[in-house]
Amino acid sequence: METATVKLSPKDFVTDQEVRWCPGCGDYSILKQVQTVMPEIGIARENIVFISGIGCSSRFPYYMETYGMHSIHGRATAIASGLKATRPDLSVWIVTGDGDSLSIGGNHLIHLLRRNFDVNVLLFNNEIYGLTKGQYSPTSHEGQVTKSSPMGAIDHPFNPLALVMGASGTFIARSMDRDPVHLRTILARANAHKGTSLVEIYQNCNVFNDGAFEVFTEKASKKNETIFVEQGKPLLFGENNDNGIILDGFTPRVVDINNTSVNDLWIHDENDRGKAGILLQFFDDPKKEHHLPRPFGVFYAEQRPCYEDLMQAQIDQAVTAKGTGNLDALISGKNTWHVG
Amino acid sequence: MFVYKIMSASNHTTEQKKSVVIMFAGDSGDGIQLTGSQFTGTAALFGNDISTFPNFPAEIRAPQGTLPGVSGFQLHFGSVEINSPGDVCDVLVVMNAAALKANLRQLRKNGTIIANTDGFDPKNLKLAKYPDGVNPLTDGSLAEYNLITIDVTKLTRNALAGSGMGTKEIDRSKNMFVLGFIYWMYNRSLEHTKEFLKEQFRKRPELIEANVKVLQAGYNYGDTTETPMTRYDVREAKLQPGTYRSIMGNQGVALGLIAAAQKAGLTLFYGTYPITPASDILHELSKHKNFGVKTFQAEDEIAGITAAIGASFGGQLGVTASSGPGIALKTEAIGLATMLELPLVIVNIQRGGPSTGLPTKTEQADLLQAFYGRNGECPVPIVSAHSPNDTFDAVYEAVRIALEHMIPVFFLSDGYIANGAEPWKFPTSADLKPIHVKYAENNLAEGEKFHPYVRDEKLARPWAIPGTKGLEHRIGGIEKEHITGNISYDPENHEFMVKLRQEKVDKIADYIPAQQLDSGPEKGRIAVLAWGSTYGVIRSALRELREEGIDAAHIHLRYINPFPKNLEAMLRNYDIVLVPEINNGQLVRIIRDRFLIDAKPLNKIKGVPFATSEIKSKIKELLGA
Repeated sequence: METATVKLSPKDFVTDQEVRWCPGCGDYSILKQVQTVMPEIGIARENIVFISGIGCSSRFPYYMETYGMHSIHGRATAIASGLKATRPDLSVWIVTGDGDSLSIGGNHLIHLLRRNFDVNVLLFNNEIYGLTKGQYSPTSHEGQVTKSSPMGAIDHPFNPLALVMGASGTFIARSMDRDPVHLRTILARANAHKGTSLVEIYQNCNVFNDGAFEVFTEKASKKNETIFVEQGKPLLFGENNDNGIILDGFTPRVVDINNTSVNDLWIHDENDRGKAGILLQFFDDPKKEHHLPRPFGVFYAEQRPCYEDLMQAQIDQAVTAKGTGNLDALISGKNTWHVG
Repeated sequence: MFVYKIMSASNHTTEQKKSVVIMFAGDSGDGIQLTGSQFTGTAALFGNDISTFPNFPAEIRAPQGTLPGVSGFQLHFGSVEINSPGDVCDVLVVMNAAALKANLRQLRKNGTIIANTDGFDPKNLKLAKYPDGVNPLTDGSLAEYNLITIDVTKLTRNALAGSGMGTKEIDRSKNMFVLGFIYWMYNRSLEHTKEFLKEQFRKRPELIEANVKVLQAGYNYGDTTETPMTRYDVREAKLQPGTYRSIMGNQGVALGLIAAAQKAGLTLFYGTYPITPASDILHELSKHKNFGVKTFQAEDEIAGITAAIGASFGGQLGVTASSGPGIALKTEAIGLATMLELPLVIVNIQRGGPSTGLPTKTEQADLLQAFYGRNGECPVPIVSAHSPNDTFDAVYEAVRIALEHMIPVFFLSDGYIANGAEPWKFPTSADLKPIHVKYAENNLAEGEKFHPYVRDEKLARPWAIPGTKGLEHRIGGIEKEHITGNISYDPENHEFMVKLRQEKVDKIADYIPAQQLDSGPEKGRIAVLAWGSTYGVIRSALRELREEGIDAAHIHLRYINPFPKNLEAMLRNYDIVLVPEINNGQLVRIIRDRFLIDAKPLNKIKGVPFATSEIKSKIKELLGA
């Protein structure tokens, strides 16, 4: 991919458009981190495309000084597939929300993942429909009271990243709007991954679902309720990193490291599909007793051929076998006859 | 129709005929479509004019021997101009009782029935719902036809006795026996089919040998049978001088798309989801990857079109295709492409509707869908094909308009055109109109901003593709400000943009040819105005009427939105305008609405084309003739 010839700054990725999210929205932080990480990634602006669907998050492309498309609800993933299939040279970013990608666009998301186009998906999860003013989303928790569920939502929510793994995602990660450093690290990792990188970003909607993730983001609870996984390192969390996770067969258990040898702890290996599958099941309601902490970081990364490369390989193979297509031979076919 | 009779050396006679309609019918597993298309290929190569009409059940393998399982292939070939598969058949080839029952009403009086007697055993008769003990082959009910009975199964087994093949496998070659016999009857060479078999069974030489043997046995059966039979001589047609090939409608679409992409210097990206009767385009395109064609079998109809929009955004030729139900799903994305003002071709191979409707039958009932079927004010240009050998040119035009005017374009065909075959006097690549594609370049002065919605004389906006430094911009489905493309909810701007998008479509009329008269007088009592697959049958009907002294004009549209600029003036030259359509009256509404011309409808909604007689009698009725 073409790299920027001149070192750019985050400002170079800011457009002249007025940002129209509600004051205090988590989207501002995500936009800032993306604009900050772009110059570090070093791809020329003209070779970057941001594609979004519909929803609050989908306004994103208007604010990025790159190529961009604000499309229709749920279809950014499919549009990006067609773009990447014909323009593998571009760095393609999909910005989507929990409604856009998991409800109306659920089908395209799973097929994008199994095909493994080399694109990046930023899934802003705020567990609510914001732009339509506050209905429950496919990630809203059971019982959540919203405008369309005054007696509480009866829909069981998706565990988005478990779904991503089920659809054979090759890069699965989670971060949050309130941890800029972590988010930038994950964004850079997503970009570096060849294949579909999906990053779920917990994003606070301060108008319709304020505090949905505060147990993970606020100082008072963050250390006990989250676990930041890093390749090759033991799973540790807690106020002074004094809790750890061990795998008892297939069952993860919380242990006090003062009573357990560090050698017995679960060592994170993002290439281990089995363990990633268990990690993605750390999805308990934080209000539940004996719940596991919510993990953040890169859970799984796998190298698998990308659709656009396989597509081109078949074309190359056909050209090798049959030669570059001859239009006149194609039009005339094999059986012709003359009249007159 | 026959001119003279001569006695041949044997006990057979030969008649000369100007044209013949044969219907092959049998179980959908009997290889009927293959038999029909082989005879078509052979007749075409011989130099006959041809027109075919495959008619198959919606089920792939409906229960054997039953009426719903009957598959048919109608072929009209001749030494004269052939425009339709024919209203009635001269020859009906039936592999079983159900095939006879389902198609007998299509056979003309005194027509020939060639029946496989093995398909009339008690079991097959029962499946075809003949009353107990009734066998139409033996009860005299077919006395007014020329009945030829052949035990095809037995003769096929005899031909392959000692081949070491199992009975089941042997029986699969039955259609080759019938084909061989028909070749004998019409005095045709077996070479084309032998070549086909060699190619088809390349990896199983024993099957080449077996099928050729049965084909030859069928031919020899005609030669040696002691029953006196009539052979027919159908000479070459006087087609316009040139080089021809046989083409099916969907094949023509595929080749036209590849040709247009090549002429435009773009990658063809074809995003689609399988649907009858459009899937054959996907099959054909996927064979031509050495032209750089990228076929994308998407997860659904919406992904098919939106992926194509992605490809167009990237600067390539995005095409999507479907039939009515799938087009309905693509509707929102067509609106997006209209707002993005990107080139895109949406192919609709129409079938009977609404909903799932009649998936394997033809209809022209999606014209209003193409014309109006979107939310908001969303005009889309429409180009239509009128016959299998017209699809190449018509879809090429659709691509040209899409690319040169930066706009999504509908291309309409239907199941009848899609699966029909005709001789095609094909063009060379050098004959094809150039397609001008120009990506926007960065000619901006220092500090000047790129405006994605400035327009040229066609009202087309620049195609600024990702990768072009300095032209970074954002587009979307939200209403945009004129020129800058910025989001705008300004009321004046919205009204202005709606009218501008309409004007952009209307302006295409300056870049398409004037409407031509297909046949008939330039002024007169009556003109038949039509579009799509009614072409051949209208042309035949008007020719026959002319022989009877009635001169009606035929105007057949390719460009439906916008109409050619001279269309209204043309229509006003006639007292009566008749609009026959295979729907409940769609073009006729648009014509009445647009021109306030009191056009008269003629509608048929039976999943099958018009018969020439239906067109003729309507014209006579209107003229009081």
